[in-house]
Amino acid sequence: MSAGQPPLSTQPAKPQARALHCPQCGGAITLRSFQQAVTVVCENCHSILDAKDPTLKILQQFRAITGELKPLIPLGTRGKLRGTDYEVIGFQRRSIESDGVRYDWHEYLLFNPYKGFRYLSEYQGHWNDITVCKDLPVVRSAMVSSANYLGETYRHFQTADATTGYVIGEFPWQVRVGERAIVTDYVHPPHLLSCEAGSGETTWSVGEYIYPQEIWKAFNLPGKPPEPVGVFENQPAPSKVSVKQAFVAFLALSIFLLGMMALNDMIASKDPVFTSTYHLLPGTPKGETSFVTDVFELKGRPSNVEVKTSADVSNNWIYLNYALINQDTGRAWDFGREVSYYSGRDSDGSWTEGSRRDSVIVPSVPPGHYYLRIEPEADARHPLISYTVSVRRDVPVFKFYGYAWLALFLPVLYVMFKALSFERARWAESDHPITLQTESD
Amino acid sequence: MTQPIANCPNCGAKIVFQWSSSVQTVCTYCKSILVRTDVDLKKVGQVADLPPDSSPIQLNTEGIYHNKAFVVGGRILYEYEQGGWNEWHIVMNDGASAWLSDAQAEYAISCSTPGLRLPATSDIRVGQHYNWNGQMYTITVITTARYRGVEGELPFQYWDKDYVTFADLRSQTGKFATLDYSDEQPVLYLGEFVEFEDLKLKNLRQFEGW
Repeated sequence: MSAGQPPLSTQPAKPQARALHCPQCGGAITLRSFQQAVTVVCENCHSILDAKDPTLKILQQFRAITGELKPLIPLGTRGKLRGTDYEVIGFQRRSIESDGVRYDWHEYLLFNPYKGFRYLSEYQGHWNDITVCKDLPVVRSAMVSSANYLGETYRHFQTADATTGYVIGEFPWQVRVGERAIVTDYVHPPHLLSCEAGSGETTWSVGEYIYPQEIWKAFNLPGKPPEPVGVFENQPAPSKVSVKQAFVAFLALSIFLLGMMALNDMIASKDPVFTSTYHLLPGTPKGETSFVTDVFELKGRPSNVEVKTSADVSNNWIYLNYALINQDTGRAWDFGREVSYYSGRDSDGSWTEGSRRDSVIVPSVPPGHYYLRIEPEADARHPLISYTVSVRRDVPVFKFYGYAWLALFLPVLYVMFKALSFERARWAESDHPITLQTESD
Repeated sequence: MTQPIANCPNCGAKIVFQWSSSVQTVCTYCKSILVRTDVDLKKVGQVADLPPDSSPIQLNTEGIYHNKAFVVGGRILYEYEQGGWNEWHIVMNDGASAWLSDAQAEYAISCSTPGLRLPATSDIRVGQHYNWNGQMYTITVITTARYRGVEGELPFQYWDKDYVTFADLRSQTGKFATLDYSDEQPVLYLGEFVEFEDLKLKNLRQFEGW
C-alpha cells in the first residue's frame, strides 16, 4: 500500500437527510435526524420500520382506527423556537382512559443536529415545551406526594397508564403502537415534571406551558391555533396579579392610609373654640328653654366643626336641638342630638345602654363669627340635668379611612376568589380535586 | 511540547502524535490502529470504516470548558439498541485528558477518577445509590453497548472490543458518572452535563441544510 498524497480533508461529507422508500408500500420516507433515527414510521401505510436497518425492516404495522390523524404542525416543518431552529420529525398520539373515557394528547418530536431533541405536547389546545431532565428529581411521599427538581417543589397531579395509539415520522428510540407506560405528573405552574416508567427504563422530563400563538409564530403556521379548552394542569393563572401580589399591594396601601391618617391628625388644628356648661330643669315648658351661646370665631379655611355634648344623665335622656348660626351671614346649620344612658341588673348581670357623651361633625363650615342656639328637652319627671357643650374647629375624621381601607380590600377578595376558582378547575382533573368542605356533622 | 514523529509501520505514512500523553492513534490513511512502544509504533489492529453517525463534533473541534481551551483528539464510537454515542477524547490546554460524550446531542464532560471503590459488574442494578467524593449518584441505566471503532489519539490502548457494559449515573445537581466495564478493572468517570452553547465549540461538523 502506498502512502500517496494525503487526502485534502479527512472530514467526511456533510450528513444529509436521507430519502428512502417504504418496503411495504413504496412510499417516500425521509430520515431527517440523520443517523439518530432508531424507528421510522411510514406516513402512508403506517408501517413501523427499523431505521438502523439498511433495508428498513418492518417491525410493526398498525391501522389508524380513527382515520388519518393530521398533526397540527406537519412533519418536516422548520421553525425557530426560543432562539433555536428545530424541525418536526415525529408525531404520536397517546391516551389515558378514565371512567371509560379516552383522553388523547399529542406529542411532536423536534430535532436540531447540534442541540438535539425537544418535544411539544398538545392537549385540547394547551401546549407544553418539554425537554428531558438531566438532574434527578427527588420524590417525597406524603399525604400528597411531591417532587423536588432544581430547588422547586412540584405537587403530584396524576398517575395514569398511557398508551401509544398512533405514530408517524422518526424517533431516536424504539416506538410501537400499543406501547404502555405509567406516566406520573407533578406540577409547579408554569412547569410540569413528568416521570415515565415503561419497559425497564424511567425517564424524567420537564415541561413549560407555552401559549399556542408562540408556536404558530415559531413554525409560521397558517390560521389560528385551536382555542384551549378548560384549565390545564400546569397552566399559569391568567390573572396578571397573584394573591400574594394583591396582599403586598394591599399592605402597602394600608400603610399609606395610616400615614395619611397620621398626617391628617398632625395638620388638623383641633382648635377648641368654645365650651360651656348649662343646666336644664326638667318641667320647664317647651319653647322656654331655648337660648343662644356667646359668639366664637372659626378661623382658617372652610373646614369642619365638632360639637360635643356630655350630660350627667342616668336612666334618663336629654335631647338638644342645635343650630350653628353664622352671625355675619345668618346662615344656619340645624341638627338634633340625643344623650341617653341607662343601666341596671338582670338575670344576665349588669347592663348599660347608651352613652353620656355625644359628638357630631358639621362639615365645610366657612370661617367667621358663630354662635349656637340650643333648645334642650328632657323628661319632666327627672331632676336637674347638667350638660356641657364644647366646640372644636378642624378635627380629623377617620371613618373615611375605614371606608377606603374596606374598598382596598375588595380587589384582594376578588383576586383570591378568581385564584381559588382557577385552582379548583386545575385540580378538578387531577387525582386530588379540591373539594369545599360539605360535611354536615 | 514535543510532537514525536514516526512512520506508520503498515503504510509508511507520517504519523504525528499531537499530545505526548497519547498512547494510541489511528493512521488516517490506512486506518491501522497504532500503539506507541518505547522505540517505535506497533500496529495492533485495523479500523473498519466507522459507521456513519451524526455527532456535530469531529476531530480537531475546539471548545472551552471551565475557562480552559480544549481540542478533540480522538473518539470511541459505541452502538446500542437505542442508537449510538460517541466518547470524544478531549485534551485541555494544560495537557489533561477528559471525555466529552455525545449521546443524541446530550453532552457531558467527565474525567477518569481512580482510587475509589467500585462495584463489580455483577453487583450493579438500576436505582442503586453510590457516594463518591461526597456526591450522591444513582444508577439510571445499564447499557450493553457494541464497540464500533476508534478514531484519532487516545490516552490508553483501546481496540478489538466487542460488547461493553456501562452504568450511567445521575445526581440531583447536574453531576454525571459512568462506570466503564471495558476491562477487568472497572473505571469510574465523574463529570457533569454541559450545555452545547456553553462549550463555545468551533470547527464543528456541518449538516446539509442546517
